[in-house]
Parts: sequence; C-alpha cells; structure tokens
Amino acid sequence: MQAFKTHPEIANRFEDLHPPFAPQAATIEANRCLNCFDAPCTAACPTHIDVPLFIKKIASGNVRGSATTILEANILGASCSRVCPVKVLCEGACVMHRHNEQPIEIGRLQRHAMDHFYNSGAKLPLKAAVERKERIACIGAGPASLACAAELRQQGFQVTIFDRQTLPGGLNTYGVAEYKLRSADSLREVELVRSLGVQFEVRDIASKDDLDQLEREFYIIFLGVGLGRMRKLNIPGEDHPKVIDALEFIASYKTGGRISVGNKVVVIGAGNTAIDAANAAKRLGAEEVYVLYRREEKDISAFSFEYEHAKLQRIQFHWNTLLIAIHIDDEGLSEIECARVASGNDQEFRQLPNSTFNLECDLLIPAIGQSGLLEFLSKFHNLQLTQGRVVIDRTTGQTTNPKYFAGGDCVNGGREVVDAVADGKRAALGIAGALKREAAHA
Amino acid sequence: MPDLRANTAGIKSPNPFWLASAPPTNCAEQIMRAFDAGWGGAVWKTIGEPIVNVSSRYSSIDWNGQRMMGLNNIELISDRPIEVNLNEIAQVKKLYPNNAVIASLMVESTREAWHKIVKQTEDSGADGLELNFGCPHGMSERGMGSAVGQVPEYAEMITAWVKEVAQTPVLVKLTPNITDIRTIARAAKRGGADGLSAINTINSITGIDLDTFVPRPNVDGASSHGGYCGPAVKPIALNMAQQVMSDPTAALPLSGIGGIATWKDAAEFILLGCSSVQVCTAAMHYGYRIVEDMIDGLENWMTEKGFATLEDFRGLSLPRVTEWKHLNLNYKIVARINESKCIGCDLCYTACWDGAHQCIHLDRVSGPIDGHVELHKRPTEIEATSHAAITVTPIPKLDHIGKSNHGANATPLARIPRVDETECVGCNLCSLVCPVEDCITMEQVDLNLPPQSWEQRVSSQAIATVTNAGGH
Repeated sequence: MQAFKTHPEIANRFEDLHPPFAPQAATIEANRCLNCFDAPCTAACPTHIDVPLFIKKIASGNVRGSATTILEANILGASCSRVCPVKVLCEGACVMHRHNEQPIEIGRLQRHAMDHFYNSGAKLPLKAAVERKERIACIGAGPASLACAAELRQQGFQVTIFDRQTLPGGLNTYGVAEYKLRSADSLREVELVRSLGVQFEVRDIASKDDLDQLEREFYIIFLGVGLGRMRKLNIPGEDHPKVIDALEFIASYKTGGRISVGNKVVVIGAGNTAIDAANAAKRLGAEEVYVLYRREEKDISAFSFEYEHAKLQRIQFHWNTLLIAIHIDDEGLSEIECARVASGNDQEFRQLPNSTFNLECDLLIPAIGQSGLLEFLSKFHNLQLTQGRVVIDRTTGQTTNPKYFAGGDCVNGGREVVDAVADGKRAALGIAGALKREAAHA
Repeated sequence: MPDLRANTAGIKSPNPFWLASAPPTNCAEQIMRAFDAGWGGAVWKTIGEPIVNVSSRYSSIDWNGQRMMGLNNIELISDRPIEVNLNEIAQVKKLYPNNAVIASLMVESTREAWHKIVKQTEDSGADGLELNFGCPHGMSERGMGSAVGQVPEYAEMITAWVKEVAQTPVLVKLTPNITDIRTIARAAKRGGADGLSAINTINSITGIDLDTFVPRPNVDGASSHGGYCGPAVKPIALNMAQQVMSDPTAALPLSGIGGIATWKDAAEFILLGCSSVQVCTAAMHYGYRIVEDMIDGLENWMTEKGFATLEDFRGLSLPRVTEWKHLNLNYKIVARINESKCIGCDLCYTACWDGAHQCIHLDRVSGPIDGHVELHKRPTEIEATSHAAITVTPIPKLDHIGKSNHGANATPLARIPRVDETECVGCNLCSLVCPVEDCITMEQVDLNLPPQSWEQRVSSQAIATVTNAGGH
C-alpha cells in the first residue's frame, strides 16, 4: 500500500469530535454498563456486536479481548465506533434511558478497545484451518466489500477486491468527515483486512468486457459498488470549477490536499453529507457557510445530532429556499440567486413572488444525494433492480443471478457503514453456504 | 435535637464517632484538627517502644471503578518516642477536655512493662486505655498484638495485669483473625476489662501485580500479609459485634470498628449494641470532614425515628439475630416485578436462570402463563433469535419514518419478565441484582400455616415417630 499522510493543516483543524477516553475513564464508564440479558444494544446493532461482553472486557482490563469480540462481529469496528449514529442505534436502545440516566457511551468504549488494538499492533489470527481454492471477486473497496472479503478469508476462500480509486476503503477513506474518521484510520482497517490475505487491485470495472473477464476468473462476484455520483443541480454554471459536489469536496480536503475554501460557502441540501460538507467548510476557514434547503426545518434528512452540531458551528440555514441561478463573472463564481418557495407540497416547489435574493458565494457545494449506478448495474445478466437498487435475498445477499451477491449502499439505497458491514458479512456467509452446498452436490 | 453523647465503659464523648488508632491519630496536631472537625473521640496511634516502618505500607482493592473498597496496611505502631506521644496527649486533653482521648497501648508481654506504660499514660490525662491485642502484622511476629489476642490465656493475663494498676476504663481491642472471637472477649472479661473494641484488621493479601508477580504492597520485591479494613469488612465486623454482644459471658461495652464510613454504618453497629464507633479508612480516604455528615445524618435519622439518645436504640437489633433453627419455615415471600418501573435490562432473568431457580420468564408475548419451566425458551434460544434478526439503521428518508425520538421509551412487554410464583422460592436474588429501586419487591404470601421452625419441625417429627412406634 502506498504511504498516505493527511495534510498537517487538516489534522489540526479536524480534531476529534468525540475525543477518546482516558483508560481509567473507560473503566469507570464500562462499569456503568448493567450487562443486560439479550441486550437491546446488541439487537439494535446491524452487526450484532456483543456489546455487554466487550464492555465487560474493558472493565476487567482485557482490552485486547474486547477488541477481538468487536472484530468477531464487525471487522470495521474501529470506523463504526466513530461514524455510527449511535444515538439511533446501540446507545438509543440502551435501557439506561429508562433509568433516567445517560446511556452507556458504547461508541466511545468501542473506540477505546479498537484504538488499543491498533496501537498495540495486534493482528487478527486467521481462523480458517484449510485454504479453499474458490476465488471470489468483490467490486468496490468500501465497507461492504471489506466485510465480505474479511469473512470469506476467515473461511479460507481466495478473495480479490477491485476498486478504481487508488486508496481502498471507499467512503470510509474518501467520504467521512475527518473529525469523525480520519482517512489514515480507515486505511489502517484496510490493512487489517489485507493482513488476512485479501488481495487489493486498482482496476476500474466498468464495461461489459471487464465483467466478462471477471466472470471467467472468479467463481462468485460480490457487488459492493455503493451509489453513483452525486446528483446534478441541472442549473447553468454548475460545471464551473468552484461548484463541487459534497463528496468530491470532502475527498478533496481529506486526501486531495485542499486546505482552503474561500470566505463564503453555500451548501445545497440538508442531509448528513451536506452537514459534513458545511462543517468542513467552516473548519477550512470559511467565514459564512449557508445551507439552502427547499423544505422546512422539520423535514431535513440529517440526523438531529448532526443538525445540532451544525448549528453549534454557526452554519446558517435557509429553509424553503431554492437555488435558481449561478452567477459567474470575469473573476469566476461571485454569487448565487435564490428564491423562497411555498412549503407544504411534497414534490412541487412553487416559487413565491418577489422572493428572490442573492448570496455571495466563493464555493458552491451541491449535496442533494447520490444517484444509483443504474447504467452500470444494467450491464449484468439477470440482475433484478428496484428503484435503482440491487434486489437480493436478505438472508444470504444473493442476487437474482446466482453468481452475484451484493450488499451495502447499492442494495440498501444508502445507509450507514455498519449496515454495509452487516450486509457484506451476511453475503460472505451466504457465499460460503452456497459454495459448500455446491461442493456437497459435486 | 437528639442527644448524641456517648458513654463507652465510662469513657464519655460528645458523640459516638471516634477515630480509630491508626495514621489519622498519629499526633496531637492531627487529633486536634479532627476534634475541630467534629470527632467525639480519638484512639491514639498505638504507643509502645518506637518501631521502624517500611516504605510502601498500604494497598487497596478497587471495585467497579471505585477506589479503596478495601484497604490493607503493613504499618506498625507509633514510630515516635513514648514521651512525645504522652506529652501530646496531655496537651490535647488540656485544650479539648470534653473530647475523649483513648491511648492505645502495646508493649512486651511482661507485667512490669504493662504496669509502667499504664501508669505513664494515665499520668498524661488520657480518658481511657485500649489494649492493642489485635494488630495482625509485624508486631505479632514479636509476640505482641494479635499474638496475644489469639491466645485467651495471654489476653486474660495481660488484661488482669493492666487492671491491677489502671484507674481509667480499659478496653481490649479484639482481633478477628481467630476462629471464634467470643473466646478472646470472654478472656478479656475474665481479666477484668471494662469494655471491648472490635474488630481489628483482617489478615490479607490484597492482590498480586500480574507483571511482577509481587503481591501488594511491594517492598523492594516482596510483600507481607497486612491488615484489611474499609467498606469490604463491615459485614464481618457486624457479625462479630453481634456474636460478642449476644453472649452474656463475653458482652461488655463495645466500641464498634470495621468499615464504618457513614452514619448508616454507625447506626447499624449501635443497633447491635455498640456504645461508640471507630473510623479509620473512610477518614484516610476522604479526610476528617466526613464526620460532619455522620453527625448530621445520625441526628436526622434519630429524629425521624423518635430516638432522643443513643441508648434509645442501642442493641435493638440484637434480639432479631437468632440461630437458623429458630427461623420460621412457614414464612413465604415471592418476587413481584413492578412493571411500570422495569427498564428491561433482564438481569433478574439471567440471575434466576443461572444463579437461582429458573422461575423468571420472558414470555409476556407468547408463552403460556404459569406453565412449567420446561415449556419456556432457554436463555440461549432467546439470544440466538435476536442474533439471527436482520437489523438496519433507521434512516428517515429511506424508511419514511419520522425523526427518531429516542430516549425514555416504554419498556417493551417482551422484555418485562414474569415471575412464576409457584416456583419462586423467595431467595431475593432478582431483587438484589435489579438496578432499579423498588422495581422488584419481595411480597409475603400467606400459606395459612402457623409459624414453625426447623427445631420445632424435627422435634414434632420425633414425637410423631415415637407415637407411631408406640402404636405398634
């Protein structure tokens, strides 16, 4: 793997949003855990990490064992500990809410165990007793494929992950706000997967020929391709270099060397990625950051804690506001034109009369969601899609084409890292099951 | 306002809270600050021929993130000359005539040595003497401390020597490191002691460093057994106080010692007959000011209960301790779960299945009510079902749900356990593990049977057998 280093300026400006526990603080927090039976936190976790067990191990001082418990269920336990929306998952399910107490800080405890694991240089032992000859390809090097590949290796299969990006890790490496997850930490997890014997290859699998070749080389193909590019605004001027979609923008400061954004930044959209982009712009030195959203405050799709975080960062929100034009003068992008729209209707946004106004803008960041990879996915034989998503058997991850399995955003429409990991691991077990059945019939 | 004045075998103090003979009572300066803070009395750090201590003297047990649940020490008696200690006692008594100053003494086991130290000490103005027959470490190797307190004949003999010359009340401090503490209490009583104090520290090794394999405290690569004290030893101390006070041949005015840190602890010792209580670890942990709440808390509790003086409740719990054979076998309690308080942690379920009698069930949704245990799912089956479930992160945009409103949601019925009262033996375990106060209560079930103890049951069976035999 090529050496990757974050720009020192980025490291300074993107300090941890949730700083790690000091060891003794972790012990005290771990001791608050009641050790519930059939714990709701475990049930709420898509990867069903045995939360009470890993917390008990922190309390006893068996931090290495704690990390192993986490990794057993979730090979990306480190990134999940930092990026999971724990308030709607494990911590949201904690019985302590009903005890009139703060929930156990499960996310930070998990991070404590995972930091200890990586800082100690520990490796995960390979469980497989025998090497299997079957070769499996994973397309996309994001969380779904990493989880799928790691589990398949643990069962002895030969796995290669393909991605067109130079750095593996998918959105974990390129797309998560740096104050939540550093690219370097995502790559550390990739190295753990590599250490199990997973091969990584930088190759853009795009054409029908590429697919045919893969089909010849590999027995099973796992699709962890994620979603496509961010949606376009369809407004003249959006191809200007100072208009950059949120994911590209986030990647540009995380791995591309960007350390500045200009004074005025406007983000279009109010999802979690929009918030990440707006917060990043603030940290990169923008004086004013505006978020434009065509619906009302109550309709935003970002998690509440993300929205609260943005307000604390003094991001300014314009509700019921549409971008209607991008003004470009001789010196480049200068301002954008906006209009208020009537609220209420779900799909139509009727512009209110005399409601247009201009905002100064040095950088415009559209963040109105990712589209599905419809064109690419339609190249596969017998691969059924619904609403641009790959249709699978939920318990095995198998698609309508038995040679293909799938998981992650391309299946679930864009959920969390932990969902992709759960999908990937389930698919790996599905693949292993299918191959064992085949072997039995052979 | 209740009257907290205490009288322990003639030693009077404005309240029952004394500092035990230990590092907090090492010198006059400390003891005067302690009296300023509110302590009613202090037992001076044991006076005797000065010793030399080692460096590294304490070790402790932490529990669940809390420090010093139990403390262990290998410090010996006072390392200061006898005259210095006695001069300082005189100084303290002059400035604090109303506070009790008790001199703890330990000298070699000769009549002359004891006579000499007793006279010297009484000349200094101490209100009473406490004979240290309890120290379990170091001094015992030299034939003092618990070496005396473990042999009734020695304890009786030395007590008698002291009583030959003592003018002030003499308390004998008992060691718990003995099979039956009453044997030494009886010996002290025979020797003429005016009172007792109990318990001294318990022999212990607090733990071992798993990197160096040296037990704590580490003195240059080695350790020695020390004296254990602190909250962990309170139940042991309460039991020994009860044993002594319930035995007419042993009972004497008792100054209770062992893990006392709060007014509640003190009230418990007094309920078992103690006239005063002695505190060390809590003061070492949090300082002299802990006595403020001890005084205030005890006064408030006494007011609430209508007790005007300590004598009004001293010993009230003694008749409530009996031998097992006298307990009523026809008394039955069962666990009841207050659903509105249940938070769904299901610790009671685990505890009942693994640690008790498998009579708490998670079947509120589907299972038969009052069915037999075998009809119910086992814990592993329930967990396997949860583990096999597919769970996803709720995303409002994708799932067409409102903003998740996490927080104080009601406990799902499936997580509220049910007690099978026909199988419940009333062991209390579920109510002990339940983290929520008053969520699981133990309720009496009327069996419509007259009280019957084991002793009565076996004697009535014996009578029945005799009667039956006679019928032949």
